[in-house]
Amino acid sequence: MQKMMDMRDAYGETLAEIGVDPRVVVLDADLSHSNKSDIFGTKYPERFFEAGIAEANMVGVAAGLSLVGFIPFIHTFSVFAVGRVYDQIRVSLCYQNANVKVVGTSAGLSDAHDGATHQSIDDVALTRVLPNMTVVVPCDCVEVRKATKAVYEHSGPVYLRIDRMPVPFVYESMENCEFKLGKANILREGSDITIIASGYPVSLAVKAADQAQKEGISADVFDVHTVKPLDQKAIIKSAKKTGAVVTVEEHSVIGALGGAVTEVLGENFPVPLKRIGVKDRFGESALDWNELMGAHGITVEAIVDAARDVLKRKKK
Amino acid sequence: MVHFKLQAVSDEELKRYLYPSHNSKPMHPQPTVKELEEKAAEIRMGILEIMAGGKRGHLGGSMSIADIVAALYFHQMKVNPKNPSWTNRDRFVLSKGHSVLAQYVALAELGFFPKEELKKVKKLGSMLQGHPDRLKTPGIEASTGSLGQGLSIACGMALGARIAKRKYRVYAVVGDGESTEGMIWEAAIFAAHYGLDNLTGITDQNRLMASGTTIVGSLAPKWRAFGWEVTEINGHNMAEILDALDWATTIRNRPAMIVCNTVKGRGISFVENNADYHHCALSAEQYEKAWNELTQKGGLS
Repeated sequence: MQKMMDMRDAYGETLAEIGVDPRVVVLDADLSHSNKSDIFGTKYPERFFEAGIAEANMVGVAAGLSLVGFIPFIHTFSVFAVGRVYDQIRVSLCYQNANVKVVGTSAGLSDAHDGATHQSIDDVALTRVLPNMTVVVPCDCVEVRKATKAVYEHSGPVYLRIDRMPVPFVYESMENCEFKLGKANILREGSDITIIASGYPVSLAVKAADQAQKEGISADVFDVHTVKPLDQKAIIKSAKKTGAVVTVEEHSVIGALGGAVTEVLGENFPVPLKRIGVKDRFGESALDWNELMGAHGITVEAIVDAARDVLKRKKK
Repeated sequence: MVHFKLQAVSDEELKRYLYPSHNSKPMHPQPTVKELEEKAAEIRMGILEIMAGGKRGHLGGSMSIADIVAALYFHQMKVNPKNPSWTNRDRFVLSKGHSVLAQYVALAELGFFPKEELKKVKKLGSMLQGHPDRLKTPGIEASTGSLGQGLSIACGMALGARIAKRKYRVYAVVGDGESTEGMIWEAAIFAAHYGLDNLTGITDQNRLMASGTTIVGSLAPKWRAFGWEVTEINGHNMAEILDALDWATTIRNRPAMIVCNTVKGRGISFVENNADYHHCALSAEQYEKAWNELTQKGGLS
């Protein structure tokens, strides 16, 4: 049985660790038990503030706190952390380059039970178009810890996207995971195709690459934990080497990782490409997250199929 | 990693920087009500001058807050134009950011930037944008302009002062039209719950929004219902404004709201109470008439 851990636990523990810095303040919109920001709240009650179910004000208060020297981390589910408060993030955070960390949990389809209203398929696309914004989508609990520390050290607004469910480990240990904002990690090296993934699907991409290898298809696999700024150099370099690209994400195929990679390669080095993700539709309720991911075509098999497809197109 | 130290300031440090009327050895004598009325008149004339040559601007709402801005910048607030980022300064957030022309004139008068800059308002490359921009303009504390957001930012600043045990005060000017925004009431709940008594809210209740009469109604009862201490005054009476600002500093464990009854376009007869001049350009004739009215009255209301 593969070792699994909920990203929220890793996040909450790390947030409590960086709380040693008295500038770190935490706000939550009535979901601190789920978001695990309550670990910080127990440790540093004087710097934890319940904002109530009022996300817009939470963003504004955090902006004000940052302007007087604090580093606020604000929390709610991804659907409410971005779309619901988009203009507040645009003006109060990004326009004035406020040093606020927006942490969206239960990201993507990971809140399977709750259905479309609670499944964020657009949050990465929305944050990615905002000037000054950094968008971070970690893939496992090791990377969540690294990412949380990195966004704390980074000055400026950040959107950090965290899933809800236990996910497998892509990285064996902290030493095993290099993490630099804006720099993609290469997990497998190959010559036939490039698989570019972010978030939980990185683990699917690795499995797909291993499976494709059995068919004689060798793949570069990238963990693009920072969707913005995108590591364009690494992506172009790999595309030039392999000549075929598959992107995978737990998000709409429009506007986020798939969109970003398509833009970069379209302008610099067009190659056959396939985007795997949610196909321009809303989520829906399911009792099992993996079942829901399957229904939306975000699976190891789909990645392998896509790999065969882009390879065939390349050879034409 | 360098840890930023948060510590309370000494009274000595506070006194050293106080500007100007709070100084133990004032740089200037305490301004009189009459002198502050003259400052308000200068602000009104300054706003009009920015709109010379048919330049469009948010005239009505800038005129309605001129007296409030004069009272804050030339009497009430501790700010230091020579060191705009001084840690313990009082903070001013113009939540109704479109009225920033009034603030620009006050900031220039205090020396935050050269008065020459006022001629360049909204020109490409100017430090003075159409709405407040804290990254471009010395003395601007928060970038606002999308209505409803400034009061929450002010709440964050006030909360920050409390966590860091600092003594500065936060002032937020909110429009009555702006108070239709739901976010204002989220901030109202937050400030009351956390008892932000270092926050003074000021509502510019001029009863007009861009398209006509506001739909929000009288605001004092609403703020009371949300748990704020509230006083309602004539926002063009300098003595009343000063009293109310002092009163707000005496409130403990609650935020204070000063609801100022004002006249949109105050000081220019054909602009007063006329929503058509919310955002407008003046013809040469209109400009001359407005200038004459402001200067003949000495700009005094």
